[in-house]
Amino acid sequence: MSDAPLWSIFVNACLINNFVLAYFLGLCPFLGVSGKLATATRMGGAVTFVMLVSSICAFGIQQLLVAIDAPYLRLISFIAVIASTVQLVEMFIKKTSPALFRALGIFLPLITTNCAILGLALFQTNKGFDFAQCLAYALGAGAGFTLALVLIAGLREKLELATVPDVVRGTALSLVLAGLLSIAFMGFAGLGG
Amino acid sequence: MTGPLHGTPALGDEFVKGLWRDNPVFVQVLGMCPALAVSNTARNALAMGLATSFVLILSNAVISSLRHVIPKQVRIATYILVIATFVTVVDYAIQAVSLDLHKALGAFISLIVVNCLILGRAEAFASKHGIGRSLLDGLGMGAGFTVALFSLGAVREILGSGTLFGIQVFHADFQPWIVMILPSGGFFTLAAWLLVFNAVTARRARAAEPLEAPR
Repeated sequence: MSDAPLWSIFVNACLINNFVLAYFLGLCPFLGVSGKLATATRMGGAVTFVMLVSSICAFGIQQLLVAIDAPYLRLISFIAVIASTVQLVEMFIKKTSPALFRALGIFLPLITTNCAILGLALFQTNKGFDFAQCLAYALGAGAGFTLALVLIAGLREKLELATVPDVVRGTALSLVLAGLLSIAFMGFAGLGG
Repeated sequence: MTGPLHGTPALGDEFVKGLWRDNPVFVQVLGMCPALAVSNTARNALAMGLATSFVLILSNAVISSLRHVIPKQVRIATYILVIATFVTVVDYAIQAVSLDLHKALGAFISLIVVNCLILGRAEAFASKHGIGRSLLDGLGMGAGFTVALFSLGAVREILGSGTLFGIQVFHADFQPWIVMILPSGGFFTLAAWLLVFNAVTARRARAAEPLEAPR
């Protein structure tokens, strides 16, 4: 059992051990959707929402699996719940905002395979968080993901205007940017943890 | 090389394309999370590559054989269940073989489930092709992924710790580049490999150009 205060869990997940820049979780949407600032913000919102919901579900499932003593079902049940949550969110967005649905494209179904979401569920279980701590962790991770996505989208919009050699354009440049951001985020290590 | 003209490439090509032309990491940029997270040593990278290949090949085969049975609406969820089953198998197998390795890879073994590469191949290939081709595709993609992971891990270990598979490579005076084994080193190494890939591809395209459009 962990007895870390909620605020420190939030800061830890958001800044110090940022899911994207320290754990490399959720890189596919990070590189794919981060071309435009507006899309990045919405994607961040979608991921944060799915994280919250699946964190709550994962907490419930873990209690259940401990009760029936079947830890080997953990991975399968986590992923099944997350996949169905994503399909729900997908249907909801398709209905309410077709433009957003088109903008997110293939990346919305791929939230299912977003490592950040399953990673969150697994880490919170491994750390033995209670319910409130799980919520703080999910919110922090979502905020951190959105922050990283928005930062890199802003940088990439500026880069559109720069003249760089053809070979460097595209993913390679984004990766170098991500590396630099990752170094910058290491500065947060002093915040505690 | 000379496949039939009606759009089905030669069997060998299904295997070879994963190694270079459609390399999952360097060209399609899929499956990056494990590629970067566990590639701080060559050994971890190799183990991760093999584990992923195992899951990829088996899930490709199962999904391909079930492709007429699975309803279209719930296909993604079904694929993921199949993949999760094999990942659980691998997770327990690694734990039984080497507890050390299991600790080093940590949650990232479980995270093979959400490797975009595996679901991507299931959706884009195994759900549309026969078992034989899907097996070959899985083999090729798995091999490409393992090679890519190994080349990342080797570079990071040699520069970041001055060793390869734990064996000293440089003279004892070598000052390791700590940044290479930190998260940011993963980004930089992958960026460097992508540059090499892009440069080679661009060069080949230039070499091929005059044949089609002489100037």
